[in-house]
Amino acid sequence: MPRKPSQAELEQRNIVGIEAEVVTNVTSTDYPLNYPGEDHSWDIDQFRDNLRIKFHQNDPLEASFSLIGVDASIANAFRRIMIADIPTLAVETVFINNNTSVIQDEVLSHRLGLIPFRGGRDGLHKFLKWWKKPTDGSSTEGTHFDYNTVLLSLNVACTHNENADEDETDPTKLYNHAHVYAKDIVYEPIGRQTKYFSGEDAIAPVNPDILIAKLRPGQEIDLTMHMYKGVGSDHAKFSPVATASYRLLPTITLLQPILGNDAKKFAKCFPPGVIGLETVTRKEAAKKGSGYEGHEGELKAVVKDTMKDTVSRECLRHAEFKDTVKLGRRRDHFIFSIESTGQWDSDAIFLESIAHMKEKCRRLEVQVVNMVR
Amino acid sequence: MVAIDDGFEALLEPFYNGKKLTDPISTKEDKYQLLPAFLKVKGLVKQHIDSYNFFVNTELKEIVKANRFIKSDQEEKFWLEFTDIRVGTPTRNDYSDIKTRNDVTPMECRLRDMTYAAPVVVDIVYSRDRKKIIRKDIPLCRIPVMLKSAKCCLNSATNAEMEIMNECPLDPGGYFIIGGTEKVILIQEQLSKNRVIVEADEKTRGVSASVTSSTHERKSKTYVVLKKDRIIMQHNVLVEAIPIVIVLKALGGMSDYEIMELVAGGDARYQDDFLINFDEATKAGVYTQQQALEYIGTRVKMGGPKNRPFNMSSRRSPVEEGLDALANIIIAHVTIEGLDFYPKAIYIAMMVRRVLMASHNPKLVDDRDFVGNKRLELAGQLLSLLFEDLFKMFVSSLKGNMEHFFKKPNRTSTYDPVGPISGQGAYITMGLNRAIQSGNWTVKRFNMNRAGVTHVLSRLSYIAALGMMTRISSQFEKTRKVSGPRALQPSQWGMLCTSDTPEGEACGLVKNLALMTHITTMVEEAAVKRWVFSVGAGVEILRNFSGTEMHKPGSYIIHVNGTPYALTRYPKRFAHNFRKMRRKGFINPFVSINLSEHFSSVHIATDEGRICRPYIIVKDGKSMLKPEHLRLLQLGKASFDSFLVNGVVEYLDVNEEQDTLVALYETDITQKTTHLEIEPFTILGAVAGLIPFPHHNQSPRNTYQCAMGKQAIGAIAYNQLNRIDTLLYTLVYPQRPMVITKTIQLVHYDKLPAGQNATVAVMSYSGYDIEDALVLNKASCDRGFGRCQVFRKYAAELQKYPNGRRDRIGGKEKNEDGTVIAKHAALDDDGLAIVGYQIHSGETMIKKETPIDQSSTGIGTDRGPDEFRDASTNYRIADPAYIDKVFVSNTEKDSAIIKVQTRQTRRPELGDKFSSRHGQKGVVGIIVEQEDLPFSDAGVVPDIIMNPHGFPSRMTVGKLFECLTGKASVVHGRRDYGFGDAFRSHPVEEMGKVLIDHGFSWEGKDYLTSGITGEPHEAYIYNGPIYYQRLKHMVQDKMHSRSRGPRAILTRQPTEGRSRDGGLRLGEMERDCLIAYGASQLLLERLMISSDGTEVDICQQCGLFGYKGYCQTCKSTSQVTQMTMPYAAKLLVQELISMNVGVRLQLEDEFPHPQHA
Repeated sequence: MPRKPSQAELEQRNIVGIEAEVVTNVTSTDYPLNYPGEDHSWDIDQFRDNLRIKFHQNDPLEASFSLIGVDASIANAFRRIMIADIPTLAVETVFINNNTSVIQDEVLSHRLGLIPFRGGRDGLHKFLKWWKKPTDGSSTEGTHFDYNTVLLSLNVACTHNENADEDETDPTKLYNHAHVYAKDIVYEPIGRQTKYFSGEDAIAPVNPDILIAKLRPGQEIDLTMHMYKGVGSDHAKFSPVATASYRLLPTITLLQPILGNDAKKFAKCFPPGVIGLETVTRKEAAKKGSGYEGHEGELKAVVKDTMKDTVSRECLRHAEFKDTVKLGRRRDHFIFSIESTGQWDSDAIFLESIAHMKEKCRRLEVQVVNMVR
Repeated sequence: MVAIDDGFEALLEPFYNGKKLTDPISTKEDKYQLLPAFLKVKGLVKQHIDSYNFFVNTELKEIVKANRFIKSDQEEKFWLEFTDIRVGTPTRNDYSDIKTRNDVTPMECRLRDMTYAAPVVVDIVYSRDRKKIIRKDIPLCRIPVMLKSAKCCLNSATNAEMEIMNECPLDPGGYFIIGGTEKVILIQEQLSKNRVIVEADEKTRGVSASVTSSTHERKSKTYVVLKKDRIIMQHNVLVEAIPIVIVLKALGGMSDYEIMELVAGGDARYQDDFLINFDEATKAGVYTQQQALEYIGTRVKMGGPKNRPFNMSSRRSPVEEGLDALANIIIAHVTIEGLDFYPKAIYIAMMVRRVLMASHNPKLVDDRDFVGNKRLELAGQLLSLLFEDLFKMFVSSLKGNMEHFFKKPNRTSTYDPVGPISGQGAYITMGLNRAIQSGNWTVKRFNMNRAGVTHVLSRLSYIAALGMMTRISSQFEKTRKVSGPRALQPSQWGMLCTSDTPEGEACGLVKNLALMTHITTMVEEAAVKRWVFSVGAGVEILRNFSGTEMHKPGSYIIHVNGTPYALTRYPKRFAHNFRKMRRKGFINPFVSINLSEHFSSVHIATDEGRICRPYIIVKDGKSMLKPEHLRLLQLGKASFDSFLVNGVVEYLDVNEEQDTLVALYETDITQKTTHLEIEPFTILGAVAGLIPFPHHNQSPRNTYQCAMGKQAIGAIAYNQLNRIDTLLYTLVYPQRPMVITKTIQLVHYDKLPAGQNATVAVMSYSGYDIEDALVLNKASCDRGFGRCQVFRKYAAELQKYPNGRRDRIGGKEKNEDGTVIAKHAALDDDGLAIVGYQIHSGETMIKKETPIDQSSTGIGTDRGPDEFRDASTNYRIADPAYIDKVFVSNTEKDSAIIKVQTRQTRRPELGDKFSSRHGQKGVVGIIVEQEDLPFSDAGVVPDIIMNPHGFPSRMTVGKLFECLTGKASVVHGRRDYGFGDAFRSHPVEEMGKVLIDHGFSWEGKDYLTSGITGEPHEAYIYNGPIYYQRLKHMVQDKMHSRSRGPRAILTRQPTEGRSRDGGLRLGEMERDCLIAYGASQLLLERLMISSDGTEVDICQQCGLFGYKGYCQTCKSTSQVTQMTMPYAAKLLVQELISMNVGVRLQLEDEFPHPQHA
């Protein structure tokens, strides 16, 4: 019969220690044969029981949720997949017919590539397939189809604004098209794309006000672009997230009561809302060994919402709190934050990352089976 | 805010940190406002411009005035006089009256390979038939114009006008454009002229006083040396040293007693020491002036000064020779008027006295390295030296022309000098252009022959150009191993930058000006001399005194520019009154006065090239700078010059600085304080001023950054995309540094920055970060971090040949099937590359063709072939580039010029060099995917990971400060937090507080999660924004390898160098290693097989080379064998034979065949 660690012991193991100068206990230890006599073999039922996902915020461009009950390696895998492996559509090839602006062709192309686009989800995720560049360097002619290439064009010429005031100095008023914005990009649907990308679902920049170039009268930009699907590991422009990251849930344990002015000071060491100030009740004061004896009516510090803590470790800098507080972070509680660039809904990115993970596992499974055979 | 359009708007925005007009002003905090006000009138590049202006406006006229008469020896009635000389505004050389506009802009000159020069005209008067003929505005020559000088079209141009002229308003100016290249005349450092320097010779234990006399006619050096208790005078013109008493006797009219008094005064010590010198004269039999002159005259080198006119026979008597030498050659800068030698006698006696004093008290020798004993020569002075020489040559050649004309026995016309003037004047133009172009400054009359005076203005970055304008080069020999001239001199304080000097051989010899330094131009001496008597304090002219009175204790001799001039008993009152007059503006502010109690003398200096800087005057323990002054400045109602005449500030040169007590801060002022520093950080120059918190860094780190700041890629100028430079680097997305300094704002580095604010995490990562290597974030690079562009120029000139043929541009060549050959794929129909085309190695950009026949006359049957030879310009770099610009124009010589500019855009790659602003350079060791990098709670991923081992030994605490301060100002969104000025207190604690307020750790170290494992890092990681510069050294330009390739023709060994696709040399030491190791086969392969091994036939009988198995000498094939030897060895043997040195090769089998043995 394997030894069963106590709840406190488990709790202890599950906390990453935040000391003044070091982080302790950073690696998880709950794997088999690590603790003598204990059974830590993975159990799907146990995992299912422990796993929880709780959303804190779910907007199209930003999502925040807690993923509880998984190992850091799993959470990190999701994060990495979200950044690097989920495909999006971005400008990859630019055909410059004319560019007389001060911004050079390749810099202009680079800027165009970095503009995030949105469009019909169905079309983006299901209809569009990969476009493969011929590896032997042969012509790309005949490789572009409606299901793998999206055609965009940008055709802007700057002219004098006849109606401008005589003493106008603002170039945006003095000239037409002095600034070229992302909204000037025109989507040209081909073939079946009209079915997937029309109306609201048309392919368009997420933010229409991204400045691409500045022009002066006589200057002109005339180009067409090809958008393909790609992944973030190829180029950052294909990453569906501005960033995806997680942090561990902070824990704050008061070892001794903090009272009076100390409590106020203690609260100030944390962002607002983390530490609350309450008055010591009679009941608490009466309780022996609680540390509140004889302090009825005084302010005491209580931990309110550790989620809001940024773990600045400020409280550890003050000598008076040195032994009264213990900081830590829950090892298996990941607070994810996903900022989508707009092509995917932020929560969909996470779901997609799970799908990707499954796919990767399936592929690995074949390999493992082969290996064993 | 109203934009004031004169290119100085930032300077007119005097209150930084968001201070408003209504905010209170404290002189303590805000006195640095004087700095922008100062820079508006003087400083940095202004000295070049001032000096040049002085040259064209004043000096030029003086030179012409001094050489204005030409008289004919043949025709006595003829004379010619130059009455005036004027410099016009820059024009095109291909001047014509037909064109409506001939004025030229600097940009046109740069693009068309022209010289930015202005015509110089003279007014002349000459005689013709006993009438005076006046002719005005006769073109003499063309003189290169310094940009932004008084004659330049950029002078006082507004930003809008600058833009029309395609010029950058932030360009410093102060350089020349010769043949399309920008040339700077570096500031030259020299020992001061016309001043006595006393030195002790360690070896002989002798003391010598020397003076370099410099007049318009000549430059010479006179020594007064104490050797074995005897004092002698040495000079180049004297064949041997002359006892000093003889010299003094020759100067006339003095008895021995008077001589003794003049030298030693009443001091018995000096009298005793000097007495022995009289014996020398006695021994030589010199008692009278006549004898003395004769003695000297016989020892004057025959021929004396060169160019002595022929008719003045050299058979002058020795007395005349001696008199001439004493009057005109020895100590020439003390002029003799009416054969009154007394001033010169006083001067020499003063030198003798200095020698005697120094021999008694070794502390009284001068320090050569003292900045007060240095003079800086600027463009104007150097040009005036050159121009005077050229003008004198011009005058003599004009005279030659004249004599030639008058020599004709029967002339048909009268002499008209206009044509010859313009004709001969071309030599002046050429001389000036050549000197600036080549940097060889040759002035014949001074025997001056300096090389490397000018340099091509470095346009690598804005700071590189600016740094070049403040550079001072020393005449000192680079190879000599003395530390004195290289060491940091205490008197450099505030005048020369303490950090900005190169490493290596020029260390300490090449210096840079500090931010507030000004270099004086010449001030008229006569006016100052008049003031000497007007300020009172019992001053009388020295001429009236004897030695006894001069050297009486308490008597002070007033020297003007080193020459004794007057005597006073009240030196302090004199100096005080003199300064008072200067502060009131009666005396030029750049005239300096200082007291020397050791020598009982007062020194007034008015000469050019002195280094000075402004100070706030303190009177009775109170700063004269009051808040109302700053208020006036803020309102734009006062300028720096108005403070100068109001007695608020004054300029002090290094010598006068020695008499002052300067308080660094207002709080340090005591009753004894005489001056207050305007701002402590001005002891650094413009380049060192870029460093934030330099006072927290180890000093050499600041020096390293000064060198690297000039290599940083960034914005060059506002007109950078209009320029076609040989090589131009620009950054695609330059950023203003997060942490800046006031200097950065003053030199506009924030407008033309060279770097980017990278988020840096200081931690170890992956092992690819050892030895200062950096880890770069790939996603950052994808998004444009460190992306730079390289522009290259390819030019071709279509020449004309004397036979009327000319180069041409050919068309594309075609294959048989009518398609264009691959080499000409980039060409357009006009034979030039297409703009926007991606060009690859080997492709042609300019299809120039030259005629094969270049020499035939074309007359009659003398005609060569009509064919053309291909002389096209090809792209030769392995990595492709785009054609950025194609430029077609014609040069001044009216030949067409074609320039093609290519462009490459490069993202950072492994091995590219980056550096922060703290002398911490490093190459990219690895570029890591974003998901592998650590991330903070907020999701921040670093752009750069730097290894912490870079800190302990380098001690660049300033970098840590920059990071923390930058982080605080980023999270708080306050730009004004980001100031890292030198020697100003900075609230680091406050920065920490800001970080806490935003939920960060106060010390800048944050909890980071590993991107690889997903687990937290055990240590908190210091991170934040640090400004990183991308340096010009890039792998792409250096990467090189070769397996097979070209060989040198002569030796058949592989060529050398990357540009010739050369091999990598296995050198002598590497060879030694292989020998020591015994790797004989490798050695053979490297030195023979892979190099220049050749099969040769050798005749064993005669030991000479055979050919095809046959020996030509022995007429036989019997003894000829084959062997392999280096071609170079074979060549050596043959060359020796060709020089009649017999060489025989004796062969021996090291492993004989058993059958033959």
